Amino acid sequence: MKVSLFVSCLVDQLFPLVGDSTVKVLQKLGIEVEFDRRQTCCGQPAFNSGYVQEARQVASGLLEIFENAGTIVVPSGSCCTMIKIFLPQLFPKGSKEEMLAREISKRTFELSDFLVSVLGVTSVGACFSEVVTYHDSCHLLRELHISSAPRQLICAVEGINFREMEECDRCCGFGGMFSVKFPDVSAAIGEDKIRRIEQSGAQYLIATDVSCLMHLDGLLRRNQVPVKTMHLAELLAQ
Amino acid sequence: MIKISNHTHAALSDQQPQKNLLHVLGKTMTDRNEAVSDVPNWEELREYARQVKSHTLSRLNYYLEELENKVQEKGAKVIWAETPQQAIEFILDLAHQKKMNRVIKSKSMLTEEIHLNQSLERFGIDPIETDLGEYIVQLAGETPSHLIAPALHKSRGEIASLFVEKVGMSATDDVVEITATARRILRDHFLTAQIGITGVNFAVSETGTIVVVENEGNIRLTASVPEIHVAMMGIEKVIPRQSDLSVFLKLLTRSATGQKITSYINCLTGACRNGEMDGPREFYLVLIDNGRTRILRDDYLRQTLACIRCGACQNVCPVYQRLGGHAYGSTYQGPIGAILTPQLGSVDKAPEHSFASSLCGACYEVCPVKIEIPHILLKLRNKTQTQKNNKAAHLPIEKWAMQLWSWSMQSSYRYERLAACCRVMFKILAKREKLKSSIPLLKLWMEHRDLPIFPEQSFRDFYQSRKQEK
Repeated sequence: MKVSLFVSCLVDQLFPLVGDSTVKVLQKLGIEVEFDRRQTCCGQPAFNSGYVQEARQVASGLLEIFENAGTIVVPSGSCCTMIKIFLPQLFPKGSKEEMLAREISKRTFELSDFLVSVLGVTSVGACFSEVVTYHDSCHLLRELHISSAPRQLICAVEGINFREMEECDRCCGFGGMFSVKFPDVSAAIGEDKIRRIEQSGAQYLIATDVSCLMHLDGLLRRNQVPVKTMHLAELLAQ
Repeated sequence: MIKISNHTHAALSDQQPQKNLLHVLGKTMTDRNEAVSDVPNWEELREYARQVKSHTLSRLNYYLEELENKVQEKGAKVIWAETPQQAIEFILDLAHQKKMNRVIKSKSMLTEEIHLNQSLERFGIDPIETDLGEYIVQLAGETPSHLIAPALHKSRGEIASLFVEKVGMSATDDVVEITATARRILRDHFLTAQIGITGVNFAVSETGTIVVVENEGNIRLTASVPEIHVAMMGIEKVIPRQSDLSVFLKLLTRSATGQKITSYINCLTGACRNGEMDGPREFYLVLIDNGRTRILRDDYLRQTLACIRCGACQNVCPVYQRLGGHAYGSTYQGPIGAILTPQLGSVDKAPEHSFASSLCGACYEVCPVKIEIPHILLKLRNKTQTQKNNKAAHLPIEKWAMQLWSWSMQSSYRYERLAACCRVMFKILAKREKLKSSIPLLKLWMEHRDLPIFPEQSFRDFYQSRKQEK
């Protein structure tokens, strides 16, 4: 089986290890991974800020690149949501672009969903002997309705000690541009989250989105909380 | 123009009210979740209610006329008010005509929306709020901070001192004593009032019945003791059939307070008829538009009007939980306020409302009528950004930056160059803290959070070099 990777701009530029880990995990399962270097961003930053036209221009490029790409795997709940849910809404009803966006939407999967629901795999042979907790990122949970796949994958890691935190499904406060438009509110919500993380007793926070992790890691470091953040793909590549 | 960002700092620095707020809202959500888990077909009921509302809103003119006819058949009068002024003038005229000035009120968000009390006060009529929470807020000269719990922002101690100061209660912070004091004072008002004004939760068009839901019994008194009862409703409150009430009431009380049923459900059809002992001699139903027909015009945004004002979206919203209601600066607050305020007025007047959300979607999950709040927020953000005088741009040169960003992302060549520039920039900035905080976007990020560390290589370069190794 062959899949095409859409890593997201944030992973590409700031968290290359997440992309690399995604490749490793997939290859380990015998999947051939393709990465088209023409890819940039899904358009979400503009779309979520109300700049629909700007988002559409970026999304058009994505349609072109992935038109014949087969199955697409995305190591991000929110970028995957952008492609699966919002991309078709960007184009006029009945247009060629809309049809293509709908078709691409059907063959795009978030990483944990792809592993568990498509491949039927929960154990990828990873070992990690630490205490971890999991944060449900909002788009993955409430737009794509995925909550058990990442947990199944985490629990199947050898040696792992998984502790659910309270309010694991409460937003971390990042919210894209919200984090800089209302930085104090965003941080206050994030601080609620890091308190929950601390209370869980975990040493590592696992999530499926580097955006949530970047925000929470920034808060954890600023507040000198000794918990490390780790993307699910990185955990599965251990 | 309301700017939420001007109020966040104050709202977040008050530590104690914040802790109270988190605690109370958390408890309400737990109760709500328990009450909901008792109903195995909750999701079906939500969908049913959504469909009833959607159908009704798409034929609102028909159902409003049916409601008018039925209400008139029962001997009551219907008043159509397109603007708040028309509604207020009607009350003033009525009071003047009947030579009545003793007015009591039950809780109604619509009357808050049209600032009824302030307008009546200007003409020498001082309506007394009879809902305990509203009474507290009125004594304090404030506005409600929650749809269901108007005095949520006040602690027990604050309420106690307010009662000592305003109504001469002897010092105590015993809740029973405070409530008994309010009860004693309000009892007099109930018995001497000439006009009772209530809101409406649902108006059933097939029977001309208005339904008002409560726990304190003050609505029943307000609607039945005074000689005149005036019910005021937004035009979206109509539902076609009485039989649908069971669904809406089940959804409303469980979503609002986690109750299976409230203490009182008042179904009021017309005034007191011949031979009846209780009830008002005259009953007036005021139908208020105030921008609602404008919202109806948009097929998608129309669902905003399906709201049954349960407050569940506020209880679950992390932003509301942190800020409380007053920071929104508008009558309607929290997620529903974020979508309703800019639509009732204009996005110009509330340019930040749709942006004051992380788009987490928890509000949609609990909404009993399935209003797609996060997606509506996105539509409103777009509306705001495409306005000529965009007042929502929080950051300098935001639109230019977004256009430059979009242009860069449309070609991988430009994208890679931009990324390379950023990488160089971050290298230069690495140890220059002052310089870092001179860049607006970084400054906003770094106020509360450390910056991520820019890696030496992007994924794409890493991937390529690895491929070449092989």
